[in-house]
Amino acid sequence: MEFLGILSFLIFFLIQASFFSLTSIGLNIQWGFTGLFNVGIAGFFAVGAYTSGIMTGPRYAETWFGGFGLPVPLGFLAALIVTAIVATLIGYITLRLREDFLAISTFGIAVSIQLVANNLDELTRGPEGLYSLPKPLSELSESPLVDNALYLLICVAVIGLVYWAFERILRSPWGRVLRAIREDEHAAMAMGKNVFLFRLQAFVLGSATMGLAGALYANFIGFISPTDFLPIFTIQIFVMVIVGGSGNNLGAIVGSVVMWAVWSASDSLIAAVVSPDFQTQAAAARIVLIGLILVLMLLYRPQGLLPEKHVVSAAGRMKLKGED
Amino acid sequence: MQFIADGILNASLIALGALGLSMTYNVLRFANFAQGEVLAIGAYFALGAVTVIGAGVGVMGPIKFGWPLLVSIPIAIVCTSIVVLMVDYLVFRPLRNSNASRITLIMAAFGLSLMGRNLIHLFAGGDPKYFSFYIPKAIEIMPGVKMVPDDLAIIALSAIAVVSLHLFLKRTNMGRMMRAVSENPTLARINGIDLKMIIRMTWIIGTALAVTAGTLQGHIFQAKAEMGFDMLLPMFAALILGGVGNLYGTVLGALVIGLAESFAVYFDLSAYRAAVSFMIMLAVLLVRPQGLLGERE
Repeated sequence: MEFLGILSFLIFFLIQASFFSLTSIGLNIQWGFTGLFNVGIAGFFAVGAYTSGIMTGPRYAETWFGGFGLPVPLGFLAALIVTAIVATLIGYITLRLREDFLAISTFGIAVSIQLVANNLDELTRGPEGLYSLPKPLSELSESPLVDNALYLLICVAVIGLVYWAFERILRSPWGRVLRAIREDEHAAMAMGKNVFLFRLQAFVLGSATMGLAGALYANFIGFISPTDFLPIFTIQIFVMVIVGGSGNNLGAIVGSVVMWAVWSASDSLIAAVVSPDFQTQAAAARIVLIGLILVLMLLYRPQGLLPEKHVVSAAGRMKLKGED
Repeated sequence: MQFIADGILNASLIALGALGLSMTYNVLRFANFAQGEVLAIGAYFALGAVTVIGAGVGVMGPIKFGWPLLVSIPIAIVCTSIVVLMVDYLVFRPLRNSNASRITLIMAAFGLSLMGRNLIHLFAGGDPKYFSFYIPKAIEIMPGVKMVPDDLAIIALSAIAVVSLHLFLKRTNMGRMMRAVSENPTLARINGIDLKMIIRMTWIIGTALAVTAGTLQGHIFQAKAEMGFDMLLPMFAALILGGVGNLYGTVLGALVIGLAESFAVYFDLSAYRAAVSFMIMLAVLLVRPQGLLGERE
C-alpha cells in the first residue's frame, strides 16, 4: 500500500507540474524567444479555465449563461479560441508601444479578469466559483489512481504536442525572426520584417497556450474560483521559466518541475515543522523565498539551468550582448 | 457634487504615488513595479512612529491627525529611503552595470514587489492596521457637499508636496541636474553631473512622495500589505494618461483617474473600481499613446 500511496502522490504532483509546464512553455515563446513581458499570465490562465468550465460544466441555477455540458475536448478548444481573442485585443493595443506598456497593460488585464471572476455572478458565480466540472476519461474506471494516471497521460500528450509544434516553428524562419526581434528590433525592421505582426503572433500563441493550461487545470480539479488565479501564479511561472532557462522549452519544463517540487516540499516542511500559530507567517516567508530566487537568478544566472541553445548558425553562436 | 470632492481626495493620493513613479521612470528609465510596496512599507514605518509617539496626542482642532502623524512622515521617509537605497545597491545597481535590458529591471522590480508585500505579512501580520480610531465627522463645505476636515487637510498636504516638487525641479541646481539626466543621461554626464548621486536622489524623492501618499492613505483608510499593490494600476494609469515624462500631465492624469474612480463608485460600480483606471489607460494607449500632455517619442 505504501508503494501505491507514493505512486498516487507522484502522479498528482506530475499532473500539477504539467499545468505549470504548459503555461511556462507559453510564456517562453513570449518572454524567452520574443522578449515580450507578459505580467498577466494568471489572467490568461483564468480565461482558459473559466471558458472550459462554462462550456463543459453543468447548468447552475444562478447563471444566465453557460452549462452547455459540451465534451471536454470542445471545452479545451473553446479555451484556446477565447484566450486567443482576448490576447489579440490586448496585443493589438499595446504591442506597438514600448515594452513597459505591455507589462503594465497585461498587469491590468489580470486585475480586471480577477474582478470579473469575482463579481460577474451571472457568468462565474463570483467567489463561490464553478464546481462539478467534468473530468475526461474518468468514467472508464472506478479507481481515482487510474483516473489520475489517465489524466496525466492526457497532460503529457498535450504538452508533447505543444512542445513538438513550438520546437518546429521556433526552428523555422518564423522563429528566427522572433529571436531577431528580441535581440535587435530595429535590425529586424530594417530587414523588412513586420515586427508588430510577429510580436502579435508570438503573444497570441503564448497566451492561448496559457489558456489551454488553465482549461486542463479546471477540468482536472473540477472546481475553480477567483482565488486560484492570483498574481503570485504569474511570478511562479516567471521564476520557473527563468530558473529553467529563458529561450529553452525543455528548460521551461525542467524549471516548472523543479520549482513546483521546491514549492510543494516547502509546503510540507512548513506544515510539519512550524506551529499552527505561525502558519500564515511561514506561508509569507515561502513567497518571499520565491521572490528572492527570482532576483538572485536575474543577478547571478540569468541564462538559467538550461541555457538557450544557439541553433541559428556559426555566427549566431557569438553571444550578442547589450540589446536595446 | 459629492463624488467630485471624493474624487479629488482620491486623486491627490494617486498623484503623490504617480509622481514618485514618474521620477524613477524618467531618470532610471524603467517602470518600477515595486513602487506600491515602497508606499506600503512607508505607511508601516509611519504607523510604527505614530505608535511610539502615542496616538491621539496633539489633536489640532477638527483635524484628527495632529503633529504625531506629521512628524512620523519624515521619520518614515528616512527609514524607507534607507531600505530603498539598499535595494538599489544590491539589485538595481549590478543590473545597470551589467547593461541588463529594461525588461530585466522591471522583472526584478516585480520580484521585489512580491517580496516586499510578503515581508510586511511576515513582520506585521496580515490584518489591516489602523492609525487611530477616530470617528470622522463630516462638515458641509458647500451646499450638498460634505467632507471630513482630515480629508481637506490631506488634499492641502498633497498640493503642498506637488508644488514643492515643482519648485525643487525648476529652481534648484539639483532639480535642474535631475531634469538634465532625464533628458539625456550621456550628455548630462559629459557635463560633469554625478550620475550616481542623481540616481540616489531620484530614489529618495520617489520614496518621499510614495511614503507621504502611503501614510495619508493609511490614516484615512487603513494600512495593509496590499495597499500599495492595489494603487499600482491607478498610478500607472495616471502616468500614462498624463504623458510619461510630464509631471504636470501626471497630476492631471491622477485627477482624471481619481474622478473616474469615484464616478464608478457613485454609479454603483464600486466592484469594478480597479478596472476603471485600466480601461482609461487602454483607451489612451489606443487613441493617444503619448498621453494628454506628452510628446511623441
